[in-house]
Amino acid sequence: MPPPPAPAPADAKTKIALDVNGEPVEVAFAPHKTLLEVLREDLSLTGTKHGCELGECGTCTVRVDGMPVLSCLVLALACAGRRVRTVEGMAAGGKLHPLQDAFAELGAAQCGYCTPAFLLAAEALIAGNPRPDRDDIKRALSGNLCRCTGYIKIYEAVELAAARMRGERAEPTPESLYGVR
Amino acid sequence: MASAERGLRVVGKALRKVDAAAKVTGTTKFADDLFLPRMLYAKLLRSPHAHARIRSIDTSQAAALAGVKAVLTGKDLPIPFGILPVSQDEHALALDKVRFVGDPVAAVAATTEETAAAALARIAVEYEPLRPVTDAGDALDHPEPRIHDYGDLGNVHKLIHLEFGDVEQGFQDADLVREDTFFFEGSTHLPMEQHAAVADWSADGKLTLWSSTQTPHYVHRALAKVLELTPARIRVVACPNGGGFGGKSDPFSHEIVAAKLAMVTGRPVKITLTREEVFYCHRGRHPTLMWVKTGVKQDGAITGMHFRSLLDGGGYGSYGVASTYYTGALQTVTYHVPRYKFQGARAFTNKPPCGPKRGHGTPQPRFALEVHLDKIAEQLGLDPAELRLKHLVPPNSITANWLRVGTMGLGRCIEKVVQGSGWKDKFRKLPTGKGIGLACSSYITGAGLPIYWNPMPHSGVQLKCDRGGGVTAFCGSTEIGQGSDSVLAAIVAEVLGLDPLDVAVVTGDTDLTPVDLGSYSSRVTLMTGNAAIQAAERAREIIARHAAAQLDVSPERVAFAEGRVFDVERPERGLTFADAVQLAEAAEGTVGTVGSYTPPPSPGKYRGAGVGPSPAYSYSACVAEVDVDPATGIVRVPKIWIAHDVGRAINAATVMGQIEGSVYMGLGEALMEEMAYRENRNVVHKIPSLLEYKSPTTLEMCDVVTYVVEDPDPNGPFGAKECGQGPLLPVPPAVANAVYDAVGVRIDEVPITPEKVFKALRRKEKGEPGRFGPAGFPDIAWPAPTRVPPPWEGGDGKAVPLTPGASPGTTRSRKPRARARGQ
Repeated sequence: MPPPPAPAPADAKTKIALDVNGEPVEVAFAPHKTLLEVLREDLSLTGTKHGCELGECGTCTVRVDGMPVLSCLVLALACAGRRVRTVEGMAAGGKLHPLQDAFAELGAAQCGYCTPAFLLAAEALIAGNPRPDRDDIKRALSGNLCRCTGYIKIYEAVELAAARMRGERAEPTPESLYGVR
Repeated sequence: MASAERGLRVVGKALRKVDAAAKVTGTTKFADDLFLPRMLYAKLLRSPHAHARIRSIDTSQAAALAGVKAVLTGKDLPIPFGILPVSQDEHALALDKVRFVGDPVAAVAATTEETAAAALARIAVEYEPLRPVTDAGDALDHPEPRIHDYGDLGNVHKLIHLEFGDVEQGFQDADLVREDTFFFEGSTHLPMEQHAAVADWSADGKLTLWSSTQTPHYVHRALAKVLELTPARIRVVACPNGGGFGGKSDPFSHEIVAAKLAMVTGRPVKITLTREEVFYCHRGRHPTLMWVKTGVKQDGAITGMHFRSLLDGGGYGSYGVASTYYTGALQTVTYHVPRYKFQGARAFTNKPPCGPKRGHGTPQPRFALEVHLDKIAEQLGLDPAELRLKHLVPPNSITANWLRVGTMGLGRCIEKVVQGSGWKDKFRKLPTGKGIGLACSSYITGAGLPIYWNPMPHSGVQLKCDRGGGVTAFCGSTEIGQGSDSVLAAIVAEVLGLDPLDVAVVTGDTDLTPVDLGSYSSRVTLMTGNAAIQAAERAREIIARHAAAQLDVSPERVAFAEGRVFDVERPERGLTFADAVQLAEAAEGTVGTVGSYTPPPSPGKYRGAGVGPSPAYSYSACVAEVDVDPATGIVRVPKIWIAHDVGRAINAATVMGQIEGSVYMGLGEALMEEMAYRENRNVVHKIPSLLEYKSPTTLEMCDVVTYVVEDPDPNGPFGAKECGQGPLLPVPPAVANAVYDAVGVRIDEVPITPEKVFKALRRKEKGEPGRFGPAGFPDIAWPAPTRVPPPWEGGDGKAVPLTPGASPGTTRSRKPRARARGQ
């Protein structure tokens, strides 16, 4: 079998303009690149992770125009003129977003690799449903895999953050942090 | 430890982890997040054959491709390596043979990942296929062609035979003797982060490797060996791991290849595995066939136990020898076993190598033992919880196989889950389709012996006290998400009266940190914790001496708390920690200390006694509730109650996370996770993707009620024992026992899939035994036993000579298929 042809030169770049975390950005890249690749490799936003690059694990979740999407399945070209939100855009002015704060407080981030994706998926959920119950949360996060936590601290963190975002004074239960003694 | 006597201000609290902010903002730098100037990208060419000789490799077309900077094959890295000294059987790139589909054969470094991939397609490899060995039974039946030219017998890698007392006498003394066979399917770690490594070679002959590894010390050793570099010029940095679970504990081909490519090209080289490749790295749970025979008295007291295991090891040794010993080691630390015999075998097969996955070699026998006991309890008409409670191993005792048990909180664990779950009102009383099951377990808090036997410490900590009041702790421990950095900071903060955020931690870097053996065997909290206590107490002693002089009191009266150093009898008289450090520094120079930890020697002195000893054993009890649909066999687990004896929680929230995460992973193994291979002779992995390898999503995960039991162990820092692996172990047997309670069929193998439940139910309907599981255990030519009298028979932990004329072992009769599945 003859060897396959060499790949097309990678220097044929296309430039697009988009909004990333509230800032206008222009970026040039090879047109076959995914949003995941452009975020990580061309914009140095390595907070967005990858677990399969096949759309199976949810680890690369970001928000495009508010919707949670798998950035490994979205061509960056398709994001021209759109609003992209990554984990880097969540904390503001040196203060954690309420979801980030609740994840840190409850230990919902263990290895932290899937965490950015869960945060963005949860943020999109709360944006559309400020009072999600446990089943709402399970459904909204069912496309995101986590191997460390068993998801329980993640549910509790989303509930805690949602309550605080509604202006309620909410604290984790002692059983959540210390177990039943 | 003296520190444990004082009131605790940090230890035991549910504090935020020291890396929590970095984790939730996405700023933690995992290995693939590193980008160095002029960095090249590497890819590996992997074998499409399960078992084949390599006739020739032609890399010329690949090397000629524009953008390709280097191509390597096996002859460039001819020195073998492996995690265990007895299993140096891997090559970074196959030398003359491939042993599984996915075995690395050649490597390319190029300016882009796409170019590297294109170059791989231009490498021509001529293979001579050999008969592949598909599973452990096949390995027994086919000693030739051998996968490796070493091992105990044909394609059997390792054979073990240990005897602690006369089990036959134990069976004669019994009122009931029962035999069962079980099978535990292999599963993989599935960390969300794919393995990645970045290597950099500097012109002065120094190599740096950043890697997602749990064991930088062993990678350091392997690089030095294979690359023939002095270890002093190699720096291995363990990046925070995006999940490990044991899957990043071996030195890997891709790490060595990245380093060699950096040396050859003089440029930084990154390699990131695809998800498919992560399945080929594997080192996961060994598929294990087990047979257990136990004699019991009417009250459930065990009179003797004989346990056999047969492990499907895959293509290389990895940790497999240790894994095999582990399948026989911990049966004795939960319930009193006066006489015990273990025979274990590990086979080489042409599949990705198995190794240590969370629980390392112990979830399989624990599944067998706990289901076996459930059956025994039913035959004796005893409540399975009562049976267990009555025959617990006493604390501060030595087991038949010479393991020293310290504190033992299993009784309290059982009581918690029995009470919390409403066990007594539910067991054998729920409507058909609903069931409840109980199981228990124990796990080591670190292995008592290092992988390379030597008299040096297992963990070291250095402290530097800054005149600004900050303290930096340096330790080789590796943060894999379990919270080891936070444990280190918390313990130093506790001893020196600081806030953990005032303690900087530098970990997992062979240039900067003293050796810690790595994040495996649930060893880090205990071992680095004890090393950290020693280092911090030494710093406290220096600082206290000078603060005492300033305060004009004796050093014993000096206390450390809330960032102050003060007279404990007149707390208002004191100075800030920073001022106290400055006094000490002015008097003695830079304030720095070291601490280290070596586990206590084990009482077992026989060959094989190296696996099983631990400074402390954790204990867990679990009750699972299930819903089984008799029409489909689908099992749902709505709720699990888990109690875990952690000795003492260093960080309560982290302990909760470890227990819940263990339950999750155990649930996955109980219901769905399996490394499955195509049934044809190519032994191709069926499902090397995250979509097809089923693991629990939010929709399958159960509710968990967690009871934290604290029975402080004198060997643990502040009494702490492990919690990261043990709570996984009781989950699969608890689910299996609950399925029986629900629909009256025994599923003696995991995962408990709908198909297996359905088949067992149909058999039961037809009047056959309502069971799904292996039919039997093959005959194996076991070696003569190592006989070690148990402590109560006057032994001293050493083997005794075999009596003259004793049988050197049974001869194996050949059977066409050793493991008949689905019987």
